[in-house]
Formats: sequence, C-alpha cells, structure tokens
Amino acid sequence: MPTNIIYDGSFEGILTVIFDCYERKLEPFCISPRSNNQSSLFSDRIEIDADPEKSNRVLNGLFKKISKNGIDKLYKVFCSELPERELLILEYCKKIFTSKYNIANDFRSQPVLRVQQIVKMINREIHRMHAFVRFQKTKDDIYAATIKPDFDVLALSVDHFKKRYQDQLWLIYDIKRDYGIYYDKAELKTVQLNNPVWTERHQIKEEVLAENEKRLQIMWKKYFDSTCIEERKNMKLHLRHVPHRYWRYLPEKTIL
Amino acid sequence: MKKSIEEKLAILADAAKYDVSCASSGSNRSNKNKGLGNSTGMGICHSYSEDGRCISLLKILLTNYCVYDCAYCISRSSNDVERAAFTVQEVVDLTINFYRRNYIEGLFLSSGIFKNADYTNERLIRIAKKLRTEENFHGYIHLKIIPGASEEVIQEAGMYADRLSVNLEIPTEKQLKKIAPEKDHSSVYQPMNLLTEKIFENKEDRRKYKKTPKFSPGGQSTQVIIGASPEQDLTILNLASSLYNKQRLKRVYYSGYIPVNEDSRLPVVTNAPLIRENRLYQADWLMRFYGFDVKEIVDDANPNLDLRMDPKLSYALRHPELFPIDINTAPYELILRVPGIGVKTAKLIVKSRKFGKVRYEHIRKMGAAMNRAKFFILVPGTPIPPTIQPQKIKHQMVSNSQQNQLQLFA
Ligand code: SF4
Repeated sequence: MPTNIIYDGSFEGILTVIFDCYERKLEPFCISPRSNNQSSLFSDRIEIDADPEKSNRVLNGLFKKISKNGIDKLYKVFCSELPERELLILEYCKKIFTSKYNIANDFRSQPVLRVQQIVKMINREIHRMHAFVRFQKTKDDIYAATIKPDFDVLALSVDHFKKRYQDQLWLIYDIKRDYGIYYDKAELKTVQLNNPVWTERHQIKEEVLAENEKRLQIMWKKYFDSTCIEERKNMKLHLRHVPHRYWRYLPEKTIL
Repeated sequence: MKKSIEEKLAILADAAKYDVSCASSGSNRSNKNKGLGNSTGMGICHSYSEDGRCISLLKILLTNYCVYDCAYCISRSSNDVERAAFTVQEVVDLTINFYRRNYIEGLFLSSGIFKNADYTNERLIRIAKKLRTEENFHGYIHLKIIPGASEEVIQEAGMYADRLSVNLEIPTEKQLKKIAPEKDHSSVYQPMNLLTEKIFENKEDRRKYKKTPKFSPGGQSTQVIIGASPEQDLTILNLASSLYNKQRLKRVYYSGYIPVNEDSRLPVVTNAPLIRENRLYQADWLMRFYGFDVKEIVDDANPNLDLRMDPKLSYALRHPELFPIDINTAPYELILRVPGIGVKTAKLIVKSRKFGKVRYEHIRKMGAAMNRAKFFILVPGTPIPPTIQPQKIKHQMVSNSQQNQLQLFA
C-alpha cells in the first residue's frame, strides 16, 4: 500500500521504519522527519517512532549481510540530511536483504552507487572540518570554534580533534544546528549553549577572547600572505580549494 | 634595530616559499602522554595560498643569512635583501601557537647557511628537539638537511623529524656547478644515501622490536628546480625514477624556476614554466601510482613531455596497438592505463564486474571521464564503438585540454 511516513528524525527511527515496512508491507512514497512535515494534507500518513528493539533487529540483519563499514556508510547517508536519504536507505537495505550475496560492492546498482557518492560528499565535508576549523582562545582558556557545515558532520569529525588536542580544552559549535561538542581534557560532551551571542558573522565575540588572540590571528594572516608566490598567483585554483562558504571560518580570509 | 616577530615571520616565510614541498603525509605519530598533536599519515591542507598551493606546515627559514651564492636563490649572499633570524624559542612558540589553533599540521624548517652545514643543521635540530622533548609535541616536523651534513647530525635529525630532505636543486652536476659553485651533487647524495640506509634499517628494527624509536618515519624527499638549467624532461624523470627506486624517496618535488635574480648564468625567462611543472607531476604520478616505467613516459624519441596533453593520454596515443581495452575482462593494471579512468574508478569497476557485466552507463556514473575514455575501451552499451585514430583523437583532445589549461592556469 503506498503510504506517506512521518518518523521522529533519528537514525534508529529510520531503521524502525524499515522494520515496519517489512512487517506491515508498506511501500512509502515519502518518508520524512516530523519537524519537516507540519502539514496534515496527507490523510493516509503513518507515524513511526524509534523502537530500539525493531531498530536493533534491522541492524543485526544488516550485520549478517554487510560489514561494519557498510553500516557506517548508511549512517553517513543519514547525516547528509538530504531529502532523498530515507528512501535511499530503505531501498539500499531492501537490496541488501533480498540478494543472496553481499552486494555492497556492486556499484552498477543505482542505490549502491548513490550511497557511495553521498558518502564521498560527507567524507569531503568531514575532511574540510579537519582542515578549516580554526580555534580561538578565550579568556577562560577554551579553544573554541564555530562551524556551519553543509551536512551534520560534527559528531563524525571530533574523533580526529580528540586524538590531536589532548592537553587543551576545546569546543566546536555548529551554529546552524545549535549544538556543540566540548572536550574537557578527559572526554567529549555534547553541549547546547543557552543564548549564545555570536558576532554577525557567527563568530565568537572579541571581548571574550584571550589577550593575545587577535595578534596571533594577524600573524597567521601575515604568514599566509608571505608564503604566496606572486608570480604564480591563481585565484581560480585558490577558490576551488577554499570555496567562499568556508571563508568565514578562516582568519586568513577575514582579516583585512 | 631589533625586528618584531611579525617582521621576521614576513621575511623568513617569504624566503622559504620557493621550497615547494608541503606534504605532511607519510608519518604515523600518535599523541603520547596527553601531549599535543599527532600525525595521521594522510596529511591535511589547512589552507591554500592565493597561488593555489597547499598550506599544511608552517614553512619558514631559521635565517635567510647565507654564506653561499647560488644564482637562482633570492637569499644568496650577493643579494641586497633584508635579513632576519629567529631565535629557537620564537620558532617553538610560533609552531605551538599555530598548531593549537588548528592552522597547521606542524613545522617545515629550513635555513640559509651560516658558518657551515653542520653548524646550521644543529640549530635546526635544536628546535625540533625542544618541540619533542620539552613541549611534548607530536605534530609533523620536516627538517631540511643542508648538503654536506655529517652522520652524527643526520642521526640526530632523524630522531625528532617525521621527514627529512636534502635538495638536489639542479638535476645534473654539470649545471649545478655552473650556477651554484659552492655546491656539488656528492654533498647531496652522501647524506641522502645515508638516510636511505638509516630509514630502511629503522623500519626493519621497528618490525622486530616494537619499542625501537622512530627514525624519520615519513621517509625523505628532495626538490629539483625546473627550467633554471637546460635539462630535458628525459633527464629529470630518469633522475626521479632512480631516486624512487635506489634511494627509496617518498617524493620528488619539481619547482618551476621563478626568475628572482638577473644573472648571466641563468636563462632569460619571464614566466615560471607552470605547465611543464604540472606535466612533470603528472608523469611522476604515473610512475608512483599507475605502474608506469619511466621508459614508457619519455624516451630518446620523445625526450620532453607533450605540454598540450597529459602524459597518460600521450602514452595511449603512441600505443594504439594496446587499445581498446575490454572493461569487463582486462586486468586492473590495464584498466588503469585508460585515459580518463583514475585509480578510484578503476577500483569500482573491478569490484563491480564480479556481479555481472559492467556497461557504458555504469562506468560513466562511477566517475570515468568518457570524453577521453570512450576512444580506448570496449564496453557494452557504447554509443559508437571505438576506432583508434591517434591523429584525430589528438586533435580533439588538444583543443579540449587547451581550454582546460586556460581554466587551470588563467
Ligand atoms: S645555500 Fe640555500 S639559502 Fe644559501 S644561497 Fe644557496 S639556495 Fe640560497
């Protein structure tokens, strides 16, 4: 029966949806998170919330067919927040469950290839977070950064920072999704700031920065300018590597 | 008058920028004892300068004072340029401060030569040592080894650095002598060969005894300047190939000569040979990742790379007898040789074809550049089956690639 499914927007939620589709023989033409679908135009909609037992059964079923890496891929597709993600995950899982072999490497198949392509996009965004996050030291000795990634990749990005910056307090805050991850020199904590005040560029306000911070940023900018070979200047190439939408992260691009 | 850190940074970053190596890869160093930093093996470009080059490391000279007078170098002793020198502590502080803010992967430290090679090297090493032992720093450190360095100095440098490099600069000794009279190739090859040995031994030792301290775990690299002397690509690529095979270098960097000095010993050039440099990197890539032998890329009949097209396409057009290649049956190595198919796409193809026939549409979607690949492959679903007419393809590709180049180098 063709249906419109509304679910709670969590990864466990979408796995639960998959379970129900099998059990109740649903063929959804649209699966969307609740927050995105306030309209009650569709009278035939079904609401599904995450059910740990059901989602675990789907996960276990997947584990029997594909590797851990393959499941990570599905999670990345989920983090893409693309409107197509739920139907794609469903279609992908169906393919996996109905074929005899592990078809996770059959890139001739449209959903398998599409998952691969989205994973590539996500990985690139994670990589860009590793590259372009810029910490600013605050008066209370926290190295803080704000980000606004295209996809919801903060949680996928922080392991790298945890391994690297073990002897400093740091915070990376996603201002678009209004949550951050804070490292207290022992472990990572997800945090939500009450009434955070950013500058109009969504940066940390200058009055909370440590004394030397601006000077260091200017030094970095000086280094950035001095290391460029004028005779080879190539703004097209520069822009391809540092797209405009990341400039707001970078003191070397925002300091005049 | 004493210079501020800012002034020194401007002078000594500017003087270091002609060394083109930027990689922060090849070394796995984990963070120990709750310290600062690590290296993940991949390396990260944290920014790109406006010339489009990756900025991964804080790349500076300790000083641009130099007793040598190499014709091609901005810092040569006979030039009247502003000079500066960092103190050890200044470099340490800059590195740490930049690193904590996620500006860089680490430090690339080189220097003009004051007094002699070892005296200079010892100062570079002092900085690396301080970072490792006093600051508990595990980020990436690339140290330049000054030609003529002694074994003791090399041994110590390798204990703290992730990568070391001795620069050949000019591809042949004869030309080097002409434009850098104080230098010779043996003073480069001696430390380089020593490094090769030590790096190799250290790898073996670490395999046997896990506790053995690392010695330059990211290996070594070198740089050759292109176009300051008349060597052909054949000479340069043969040199690179032997550096990869004999000295086991991780990277050879090609630096298109930028005319910074007027000097009767140097060719008169107005623009850096950027396209040639790019072609050399592509050729280098073919040797390192595509299983090409240097002889397949350049030979006596074709001693220079074709500037109008990439060397892989150029190879395919010189060898029409090898094509078309059957995408569904050819081994991976041959699929890699198809122009327009890169390592990633080749891997997807080989994985997928186990499940059934791979078709034209599939490989297009997997990322093959069909405008080039279509001439060289047999695959079901092809709109027009290929007939390989090198002249025709060449014509078509060259006009395409000239447009691309305008994009790349405009
Ligand atoms: S030794 Fe190095 S710094 Fe000195 S002139 Fe030669 S290339 Fe320049």
